[in-house]
Amino acid sequence: MSLSINNLFGLEGVPKEDINQIFDTAFSFREVLEREVKKVPTLKGITIVNLFFEPSTRTKNSFALAEKRLSADTVNFSASSSSLKKGESLKDTVQNLCAMKLDVVVMRHSVPGSVRMLSKFVDAVVINAGDGTHEHPTQALLDMMSLKEKFGKIEDLNIAIIGDIKHSRVARSNIYGLKTMGANIKICGPPTFMPADVEALGVDYTYDIDEALNFADAVNVLRIQKERQGSGLLPSMREYRQEFGLTKERMNNLENKVTILHPGPMNRQIEIDSEVADGENSIILEQVLNGVAIRMAVLFLLSGNR
Amino acid sequence: MNYITKKTISDSKTLKRMIARLSHEILEKSEGIEDLCIIGIRTRGEFIAKRIAQKIGDIEDTELPAGILDVVMYRDDFRDRNELPRLKGTDIPFDVDNKKVILVDDVIYTGRTVRAALDAITDLGRPSSIKLAVLIDRGHREMPIMPDFVGKNFSTATEEEIQVKIEEIDGEDRILLKEAEKK
Repeated sequence: MSLSINNLFGLEGVPKEDINQIFDTAFSFREVLEREVKKVPTLKGITIVNLFFEPSTRTKNSFALAEKRLSADTVNFSASSSSLKKGESLKDTVQNLCAMKLDVVVMRHSVPGSVRMLSKFVDAVVINAGDGTHEHPTQALLDMMSLKEKFGKIEDLNIAIIGDIKHSRVARSNIYGLKTMGANIKICGPPTFMPADVEALGVDYTYDIDEALNFADAVNVLRIQKERQGSGLLPSMREYRQEFGLTKERMNNLENKVTILHPGPMNRQIEIDSEVADGENSIILEQVLNGVAIRMAVLFLLSGNR
Repeated sequence: MNYITKKTISDSKTLKRMIARLSHEILEKSEGIEDLCIIGIRTRGEFIAKRIAQKIGDIEDTELPAGILDVVMYRDDFRDRNELPRLKGTDIPFDVDNKKVILVDDVIYTGRTVRAALDAITDLGRPSSIKLAVLIDRGHREMPIMPDFVGKNFSTATEEEIQVKIEEIDGEDRILLKEAEKK
């Protein structure tokens, strides 16, 4: 059994069977991560380049660790120390790297669609580690894996996504993936953070966080990008916290139990209170471990497709 | 490639006897069941291992630890295969350190699966010994690996296939000799 996709640009259009196979494979790799010796020789001889044109801690380290656990050889490349500074184009940079016989390219870039474009001129498997406001498929996969671990299924779960939906690749990938897997989705945030194509996305939306929380089995809390303050899109941080933050008081008043996810990095006391983030219903740290397993699964399944 | 059945090597009765005999041999050669554990290689080996563990447990009136090994992560033909075998995971709910491991598979052929299985087990710990039990040894080894317990030696040609059917997966117990269909 192989995946129907040859690259991972996003979750839009990826069939359910593929996503389920990625989950099954990832749960097998989770077992490896819990061993004393956390390494398997699976990708021995496979060379992977990690191209990060945007800052990243979590995703970059998670991919790096996944690659090491699978015994792949890796090259790391960050924009600040490369010839891009000398004016070399992305295409030239990547084609040069690929002339060194690479098998897989993992890329993060600020331009939506850049990862798909890249795949047109390289003969390697291409994996999207976040392209602008477009998609961040491995994040959504690890979110869904964590839900599956917690609830045993994804179908018919009620999932709320709260925050800056419009600028969030995490939200977009989650919406595509969760819809494919049969979950019910409600997005919630200030009107200025609602995507223009909210109807086309085919999800419910609300501006009322209490409505979203009452609906939800689990809530995915997005990071508020502080740099958007002053852009006219966002009120003050205090006001955002009052209207859309997962505050201790708000969560204590809820009748239903809601599982908490956050893709990180968190702005504590803004979109989420520490008591909630570190509370018993939070699966934020499980997400991190599952992230390594999901990336191992994606690397394994796509490298094997070559 | 399509395979057509040439003959039945074992029916359910002879397969049952084969497993019973293997269980007795393992028990006898292991000098007691202390530290003994049975690990089956996915997919068919898993169920044969369970039956052997059950049988030995019945004879000795005890419960023998049994586990499942997935060797897909350890295969050496990862790049050459068109179809990726599905990874289902290893499930060994006990520590293999200082254990006497009996590794179980349905058929031994090139020996490459067993090579992968040895790597997989030694990544989990350091057993005091590993022995190999198979239902059918069909020859054509490509590695210096020999089973310790064999249900039946059966010489084959390379274009032939041995198919072990197991009740739990295939709905019946039967071992078949198959041959590639000639075009």
